[in-house]
Amino acid sequence: MKIDGARVDYIANLAQLAVTEEEKQELIGQMNSILNYVEQLNQLDTSGIEPTAQVVHTSEQNYSWRADRSRSGFSQAQSLDNGPATGSGHFKVPKVISEK
Amino acid sequence: MDLKKLTARKIRGLIERGEASAVEICRAFQDRIREQDSEVQAFLHYDNDFALKQAERIDRMKRAGEPLPELAGLPMAIKDNLLIRGLRCTCGSRNLENFVAPYNATVIDRLASAGAVFLGKANLDEYAMGSSTENSAFQPTRNPHSRDHVPGGSSGGSAAAVGAHMAVAALGTDTGGSIRQPASFCGVVGMKPTYSRVSRYGLVAFGSSLDQIGPLAHGVEDVAGILKVISGKDPLDATSLAVDVPDYAGGLGQPIEGLKIGIPREYRQSGVSEPVRTRIEAGLKLFQDLGCRLIEVDLPHTDYAIATYYVIAMAEASSNLARYDGVRYGLRIPGQGDLSSMYRETRDAGFGAEVKRRIMLGTFVLSSGYYDAYYLKAQQVRTLIKRDFEAAFQQVDLLISPTSPTPPFRLGEKTNDPLAMYLSDIFTITANLVGIPGISLPCGRTPEGMPVGIQLLGKHFDEQVVLKAAHAFEQAGGFDP
Repeated sequence: MKIDGARVDYIANLAQLAVTEEEKQELIGQMNSILNYVEQLNQLDTSGIEPTAQVVHTSEQNYSWRADRSRSGFSQAQSLDNGPATGSGHFKVPKVISEK
Repeated sequence: MDLKKLTARKIRGLIERGEASAVEICRAFQDRIREQDSEVQAFLHYDNDFALKQAERIDRMKRAGEPLPELAGLPMAIKDNLLIRGLRCTCGSRNLENFVAPYNATVIDRLASAGAVFLGKANLDEYAMGSSTENSAFQPTRNPHSRDHVPGGSSGGSAAAVGAHMAVAALGTDTGGSIRQPASFCGVVGMKPTYSRVSRYGLVAFGSSLDQIGPLAHGVEDVAGILKVISGKDPLDATSLAVDVPDYAGGLGQPIEGLKIGIPREYRQSGVSEPVRTRIEAGLKLFQDLGCRLIEVDLPHTDYAIATYYVIAMAEASSNLARYDGVRYGLRIPGQGDLSSMYRETRDAGFGAEVKRRIMLGTFVLSSGYYDAYYLKAQQVRTLIKRDFEAAFQQVDLLISPTSPTPPFRLGEKTNDPLAMYLSDIFTITANLVGIPGISLPCGRTPEGMPVGIQLLGKHFDEQVVLKAAHAFEQAGGFDP
């Protein structure tokens, strides 16, 4: 079994997700089942095969060049419009550095 | 005015000849939405005044004697992961319930310039992750042909809106079949263009090497007309390519005699249900009658496609969805007063179960010690799958298959088994891995009356041949659902 409770905690920490005990038990079952399915890829010998990260941009003529000039973007007000907590022209967040 | 018979060309003609105004047409569809959508639940939200203003602009052009643009007055549904300035864009997620788009997606700018009218934002699986639209945080959409069945997904709202004639056409997005499978389930035409054909600027990202925007409509001609408008290089999306965009609709109506269509041998073994198989055999016969040559081809790595797709899609999703941290937009739960608990509680409250599962799996396959075994391996198998298709396209012009191995399933049938849901994508996901264009066309119905879809896949940037063959099939077939 690839995924146990400790592994779920570790991954949830990397992904910044909160996971309840109930969710954890469910995830253990589902993640193992999906990963077992995925492991059929190991039946294939892929030594020396180039990985494909994207499919179309394979030649230089497909590169996207443009002049390096400044362009106008959002105003400060527009950028802050969807912010859940803003003030003094900034996004507000909880204190990042603790006193300890 | 029979709303069910309207097409982009007919609507433009009605307005041009003064037989109907764009506002009248828009209002007729708004009335239809009011009547139908409490049951179908295809739309997440709509702004009637916003749509009427777009329609008024067309009527002003008409009164001023200006030439009408190609999609003048066309009432469309837009999947709610595409940004329309000033309207909410929820992605079917609690996380973005109150997010207001600050700019237009490039496809929206282009459609607006072409005269289209945006009736509203269509439901989807949360962040486009799902095959039934049941993963929407707000509502499940029902199949317009049977309220007990799903419309497919993730563009289920777009397909159902068109299928129920609440819109003449729609935009969807397709990361692993999310336009074609719902088109098939709802009895409409849906096309995924070549990767990089259509700008993704203003599409909320899910799997960046797989995502593509495309049209859904009742006929191939409307799909072709919309595709032409939205295609082409966009400086705001560096992956969009400057490849000539033909006049797709103008290229329809030519004979397709002599076209070579490949039937992948492996697809016949992949658990196709009997009613689908029967309809597809009838479809193959029709292509033969039209003078096409059917040739059996091999795609030997087909069995590995779903595993490959899900590793890559989940890895890309976990990376793309890292941006939802409660700082710049979207939901925020304050937590215990520190940054870390704010992140965690925000993401816990904002994401649904399927999205969390994919973020967890994507994070796992990218994590130290597992990257090579899962993610790199999947990228290498992606190369093998790509080579399969390159070899097949040496022999044939198009590939053909069912769009989905089964007809539409019932609501709730697969929600407890994520893997079973993933397996229903077998015929559609390879086009995303390989980046080729694909279309789903209505191909009759099952004895129970549910639509069946047939899929054509083409070479990179060969949309014209796909559309031409699809159109000939549609015109000859009488397979209208």
